[in-house]
Amino acid sequence: MIRTTVKKIYMALIFIFLYAPIGTLIVLSFNASRTRAKWGGFTLKWYTALLENREIMQALWNTLLIALLSSLTAVVIGTVACIAIQGMSRQKRAIFMGITNIPMLNADIVTGISLMLLFISLGLKFGLGTILLAHITFNIPYVILSVMPRIKQLNPSIYEAALDLGATPLRAFFQVVLPDLLPGILSGFLMAFTMSLDDFIITHFTKGAGVDTLSTKIYTEVKKGIKPEMYALSTLIFVTVLILLMLVNRTPEEKRIPDK
Amino acid sequence: MKNHKLSRQMMAAPYTAWIILFIVVPLGMVFYYGLTDKTGAFTLENVLDIMSAEHAKALWYALGLSLISTLICFLLAYPLAMILADREGNAKLNRHSLILLIFILPMWMNFLLRTLAWQTLLEKTGVINRILEFFHLPSLQIINTPYAIILGMVYNFLPFMVLPIYNALVKIDPNVISAAQDLGANRLQTFLRITFPLSLGGVISGITMVFIPALTTFVISKLLGGSKILLIGNVIEEEFTLASNWHLGSGLSIVLMLFIILNMVVSAIFDKEGEGNML
Amino acid sequence: MQKELINLIDISKSFTKEKVLDELNLNIHENEFLTLLGPSGCGKTTTLRILGGFITPDSGRVMFDGQDITNLPPNLRQLNTVFQKYALFPHMNIADNIAFGLKIKNKSKSYIQDKIQYALKLVNLDGYEKRMPDSLSGGQQQRIAIARAIVNEPRVLLLDEPLGALDLKLRQDMQYELIRLKNELGITFVYVTHDQEEALTMSDTIVVMNQGYIQQIGTPENIYNEPENAFVADFIGDSNIIDGIMLEDRLVAILGAKFACVDTGFGQHTPVDVVIRPEDVELVSPGEGTLPGIVTHLIFKGVHYEMEVMAGGFEWLVHSTSMFAVGTQVDIRVDPFNIQIMNKPESEDEEAVSLEES
Repeated sequence: MIRTTVKKIYMALIFIFLYAPIGTLIVLSFNASRTRAKWGGFTLKWYTALLENREIMQALWNTLLIALLSSLTAVVIGTVACIAIQGMSRQKRAIFMGITNIPMLNADIVTGISLMLLFISLGLKFGLGTILLAHITFNIPYVILSVMPRIKQLNPSIYEAALDLGATPLRAFFQVVLPDLLPGILSGFLMAFTMSLDDFIITHFTKGAGVDTLSTKIYTEVKKGIKPEMYALSTLIFVTVLILLMLVNRTPEEKRIPDK
Repeated sequence: MKNHKLSRQMMAAPYTAWIILFIVVPLGMVFYYGLTDKTGAFTLENVLDIMSAEHAKALWYALGLSLISTLICFLLAYPLAMILADREGNAKLNRHSLILLIFILPMWMNFLLRTLAWQTLLEKTGVINRILEFFHLPSLQIINTPYAIILGMVYNFLPFMVLPIYNALVKIDPNVISAAQDLGANRLQTFLRITFPLSLGGVISGITMVFIPALTTFVISKLLGGSKILLIGNVIEEEFTLASNWHLGSGLSIVLMLFIILNMVVSAIFDKEGEGNML
Repeated sequence: MQKELINLIDISKSFTKEKVLDELNLNIHENEFLTLLGPSGCGKTTTLRILGGFITPDSGRVMFDGQDITNLPPNLRQLNTVFQKYALFPHMNIADNIAFGLKIKNKSKSYIQDKIQYALKLVNLDGYEKRMPDSLSGGQQQRIAIARAIVNEPRVLLLDEPLGALDLKLRQDMQYELIRLKNELGITFVYVTHDQEEALTMSDTIVVMNQGYIQQIGTPENIYNEPENAFVADFIGDSNIIDGIMLEDRLVAILGAKFACVDTGFGQHTPVDVVIRPEDVELVSPGEGTLPGIVTHLIFKGVHYEMEVMAGGFEWLVHSTSMFAVGTQVDIRVDPFNIQIMNKPESEDEEAVSLEES
């Protein structure tokens, strides 16, 4: 009894630690005062101001666009790469997986500057395109990491069985193999999307002047003071995701069979 | 069959091209810039510049703060991972949603904003000090000090410690724990001789996943440390964005990578099985 | 019988409202090989885990040598368990696995060394000290699990389906091995299995369980030859279970024919279940037996032929060393001693009757 109480208190403390800043931001989004130092009464004006703030809306659009495009591209390249890697010899596979893991093991700052050096020497114009390339690069490992285990579990006979029953290789892949990989692909996509959305460091080194994602926008605002509209936007995103997660989580919970 | 192999090779082609262009070549460029001077001649000067008083101090600070943060993360995360992994205790709580709540959901609130929010909480007249004041407790003056940076590091990287330890713990066969008790081990003995050794792989992954980003961060120190404390990450960032001395920045990055490789070697020695407990 | 060592008294246990054990009573004697036998979900593993101390019963008491150990944690109990999938410590070599319990008890180095040697010899695996568990085969891991348990000199060894993960040949070898071990050690074995053959081969006493109730307790011969209800008869070996009517003492009507039997005391014209083992059904030429029929299936099984005979509207399973081709007209005859009469359960619930050991 005491043990479970201690456990609950501990969990609660960790929870407060992780969510105190989030709670603070949500409160600030309703703060009528422009500075975050003092409470100026309740207001919804930042939420209406948000819609008219073109810079923030543009940054939001850039962020979502890059997250979506980079994770989709990463899913395609990553999944094909998984299939290819699985068919390689042990040695070759080790080399490929080793290189694949570099962006995850290496420091973000090093990945960021290395890509910056590359883009400069290639003479690319810094902007959405360079950010996108950088995000695809660090997203692919997350896709491979979630798809690879499913490919390993895949029974090679099902692909052959489909061919045996007269399907063309392409049809066999799309109708038989892909559905089996789908859960891995989906979780890889979600992970990549989240990582892209939350990234600051790599974007910081690969973005061009005048092109901002939410992260870089916030970073440039730090010195001037964050616009309260930003708090309103964060609150909206957070609450949306919270509701989505609750909806998604509700369904399997009922079906769950208690262990033992 | 030959046809089959050919198509596999074709499938590998785009990815091979991608990783060469976007992973191998860029890293090569960091090494090239780091080991040359402005004329393009080979030099170790950029790397050795880490010895200069200013840079050595930044590296020293970064190492100290990230090690302390890693230790705190470990101490906080292990009990949490154990609670999450406890099969019997959590029958009612849906573990899956708990983990989502703890790890994934906060990431959807921008990491810079979350870190900035600690300013509001920690300031002289911030939320925490008002609460302390209310209870007539001494106020907490840690904003713009190394303590605030440690707090920011722990706050940001704690999930990366919990997750691998949790994954290692749930993989342990519950019968192995029962067997230890059956053979006479009490709770503490079971933990020290069975549970902890079996979770070591997860602990090592966790240490890597906290230590590396903490060592190399420039954002947390900038947001919570005021402008007084420079970490090695801040120095490198400024070489690229303000000073535009890419050679020096790359040279210092090579030093950072040496620490990353050192960390990987140490991990490999401790975790012989080398299983990816990362995710 | 030796003296009683363990008494389970009125043990009940539920998991999330589902009752797994209902007022179970069981006595285990010293030096007995007792097998808990039943289909999955019958409560046999729960009973074993209550004995081991991993589960506390909702009500009832566990007595060990006269002492109440119901709430004693597993590490303080004088019994050791051999777990279903071996549960060897994967990060320790074989010697360290076996030494685990002894090190906890602070035994001397030389004592531990001797014990390891002794245990490895006992399970025929000398020289394996430095190997890691995952480098051993399933059968070898199982032996190590047994060695690890017995070096602690438990008074009772609990075995939870220890042969379940092994293949057939190995399983049969291990059955002999376990009987040998039991005789060498001279301790009590409590064995859990769903495999009736295993139970019949090794046990002194079999406890047949279903749906949380004990169905029958007895020697293997006893359980096989005189099942007390249809569940036991059906679960142990193949059998023909037929509706019958007890006309009077020593005479039962089955499928319209009258069979002589040896049972008495069922009253007159009482509906009963009749159990006849397939090897007890004799096939004879038409006119020489009690019930006429026709052979419908025939399979050669090696030791005997397995046949199905349609007689009196019932498909009889017959094992016989003589062959009757499909389509042959035969008569069925059964020795009165081989007919087992059982009361019909009065309601659905009573199909799982709770039986106290008498």
